[in-house]
Amino acid sequence: MNMLIYLIPVALLLGGLGLGAFLWSLRNGQYEDLDGAAWRVLDDDETPRA
Amino acid sequence: MSCCAPGTEGALELDGAARALPSREELMLSARDLGEGRRQTDLSVPGVHCGACITAIEGALRGVEGVEKARVNLSTKRVSIVWRAEGTGEAADPVRFAEAIQRATGYDSHLFGEDLEASDRLRADLIRGVAVTGFAAANIMLLSVSVWSGADASTRDLFHWISAMIAAPALVYGGRFFYRSAWSVLKHGRTNMDVPIALAITLSYAVSLWETLHHGEHAWFDATASLLFFLLIGRTLDHIMRDRARSAITGLARLAPRGALVVQPDGSRDYRPVSEVVPGDRIAIAAGDRVPVDGIVLSGESDLDVSIATGESVPVAVRPGVAVQAGTVSLTGSLIVTATATARQSFLAEIIALMEAAEGGRAQYRRIADRAASIYAPAVHLLAILTFLGWGILGGDWKQALLIAIAVLIITCPCALGLAVPVVQVVAAGRLFQHGIMVRDGSAMERLAEIDTVIFDKTGTLTLGRPRLIEARGKPSSRAMAAAIAAHSRHPLSRALHAAHAGPVPLIETVRELPGQGLLAETPEGTYRLGSRAFACPETVAQADSGASEVVLSLNGDELARFLLEDTPRPGAEEAVAALRAEGLATLMLSGDRRTTVAAMAEHLDLDGWKAELSPQGKVEACNDLAAAGHRALMVGDGINDAPALSAAHVSMAPATAADIGRQAADIVFLHDGLDAVPTALAISRRAGRLIRENFGLAIGYNMIAVPFAMAGYATPLLASVAMSTSSLIVIVNALRLNRFRRPVATSGRAGQAPAGPVTREAKLA
Repeated sequence: MNMLIYLIPVALLLGGLGLGAFLWSLRNGQYEDLDGAAWRVLDDDETPRA
Repeated sequence: MSCCAPGTEGALELDGAARALPSREELMLSARDLGEGRRQTDLSVPGVHCGACITAIEGALRGVEGVEKARVNLSTKRVSIVWRAEGTGEAADPVRFAEAIQRATGYDSHLFGEDLEASDRLRADLIRGVAVTGFAAANIMLLSVSVWSGADASTRDLFHWISAMIAAPALVYGGRFFYRSAWSVLKHGRTNMDVPIALAITLSYAVSLWETLHHGEHAWFDATASLLFFLLIGRTLDHIMRDRARSAITGLARLAPRGALVVQPDGSRDYRPVSEVVPGDRIAIAAGDRVPVDGIVLSGESDLDVSIATGESVPVAVRPGVAVQAGTVSLTGSLIVTATATARQSFLAEIIALMEAAEGGRAQYRRIADRAASIYAPAVHLLAILTFLGWGILGGDWKQALLIAIAVLIITCPCALGLAVPVVQVVAAGRLFQHGIMVRDGSAMERLAEIDTVIFDKTGTLTLGRPRLIEARGKPSSRAMAAAIAAHSRHPLSRALHAAHAGPVPLIETVRELPGQGLLAETPEGTYRLGSRAFACPETVAQADSGASEVVLSLNGDELARFLLEDTPRPGAEEAVAALRAEGLATLMLSGDRRTTVAAMAEHLDLDGWKAELSPQGKVEACNDLAAAGHRALMVGDGINDAPALSAAHVSMAPATAADIGRQAADIVFLHDGLDAVPTALAISRRAGRLIRENFGLAIGYNMIAVPFAMAGYATPLLASVAMSTSSLIVIVNALRLNRFRRPVATSGRAGQAPAGPVTREAKLA
């Protein structure tokens, strides 16, 4: 049962990492333009985007 | 012109003159200052729909001098541009943005209001709430499963404590939406579905914490967190649905001008926000511009398109001394107008006052979920109190009585009931969106399912407000000459005449336009006149008014050709009216247009009744009379003059081409040209209403089974979780059945044939 002392924090930490990643991507505007992102991946323009 | 969609060019040319690009002054007024001489402009471009559009627009904008950054958002159909306003060498001219977009793709751009940002923030808040409660629910459920599998003594206590610590922030963070809503209705002495929700999550958390403190066996943290998670999903879906409809509605062309070109006493011209125009100011209005405030014409002559203000389909001639109303469009000439009212007192403001007065009836409408809650919430609370008293008096153990009473509250927490309505409405709104119909909120769908009468406006609703040639008499050479002369004018009748002519036309250069009368061409053969009969050949007698507009071509006063033009009926109007009659609905027409025109239209469509030459007030009264007689009416209209009636009717629809104010007043906006949107919206709303009632039945049925268990004291957290999840899933699956629903009449084909403008395609792809 002593394993629980490690396992529960590990489980929470991993879940927390996922939550943090989601909140970060939301704030960073990753979900702002889902339709546009689907098209942009096909865009073979070499010049870097400003 | 267009980036990849054939068919848009025609639509653009047709509207080109009426829809001017935003002016430099408007753009400067709206640009956001980012500091260091940089500014950001956000434009709405409803036409963008594919990757090629993105590349074309961004490429074109980066080519404009002074632009630092340009990014297209395809989901919201907006372009944000960061540019240098002054300082370091090259400065950008904002007008070039709209021009660059127009040149690269052929799409119009518009400015939009700022209120969209507040709605975006709420959506982000809700999504964050879903994420946090989802995290909490998953982790607590993990611990709960261990408890149910047999963890006991100190291990169980540890798990309960960890659950309590995860649930607490989730309860505050995710629960605030429900607490806020519940508090605001309780303050007014009413109740809605959020009251039992807020009570159940709070009590379940409190009692679980108490149990944990006393090393109890049953804790309900998993129920608290998963309940919040499910309900927040429903809330978020509801918000996104409304948001999408609203941003698409406000993203279309605006009607109210933001500024006016004021002529100073010294002759210079100054562009000012329309709110700063005071009576007595002289305002310059070019051909193609909208009149910003009410006024009197000081100089100049023109034909005014008043269809959006009064419903009259034929343009009205104005000359010095004539009063003009805000919102009308000058078609053929430039005018100087003396303002007689500020923007706030103008015609548009009177209409807004009328709308506010008319809205009383609709504000009283109570959502089906709220009506259910007003019965459900007291019933549940009564049951819990009865359980508490029953167990306390009969059993004597008041602590146990309290625990069982709270178990009853948790079991009856309206999880399925809270999802029953929003899930169906989100699915239904998605179905309607596929047909190019946008619903402002769920209550509109509920009200639409109840109607028994449909009222149509004429100009712009049953017709497109664009004249078309129905009869031409005269030699082919005369007709070609008429088309050649008509090419020189922006008057809608001239444009229709020119557009209807196929084949070569003679070249004519010296054409003068006499606003309010017609066109005059001096040629070696003599003087051609094209216009009304009184203008072209004054000697002949005018024929009986048949409802159509007559245009005559004459050479030195002798009639050469005669044309009859009529407003183009909206595609699918006849079929839509027939479909509505087949559903047993009464069809009426209320119009501000002339009696003869309205009567001809009513007879053509076989309507049950009509009224002509109505003022905006008259339309409201007609709606109120119907309501007083116990009818529930759907109003379909588009003009400024329809806006008060759109507010007064039980529920209302407007085409996307409607005046801004009409679109804002309407509950439902349809994007396709075809009028079959009306029967489609009705069929889907009725089907959704049936599914909502079924869902209520399912949710209440679940409670009928679960509540006796809870009252008898057999409810455990495991039983509650299983019952709650299954009932929610059943409700969702039942709502998804709406996606399999097919309308008996195939309508999509007809809608597809309608002239496809940028707006039409937007709906198909969104």
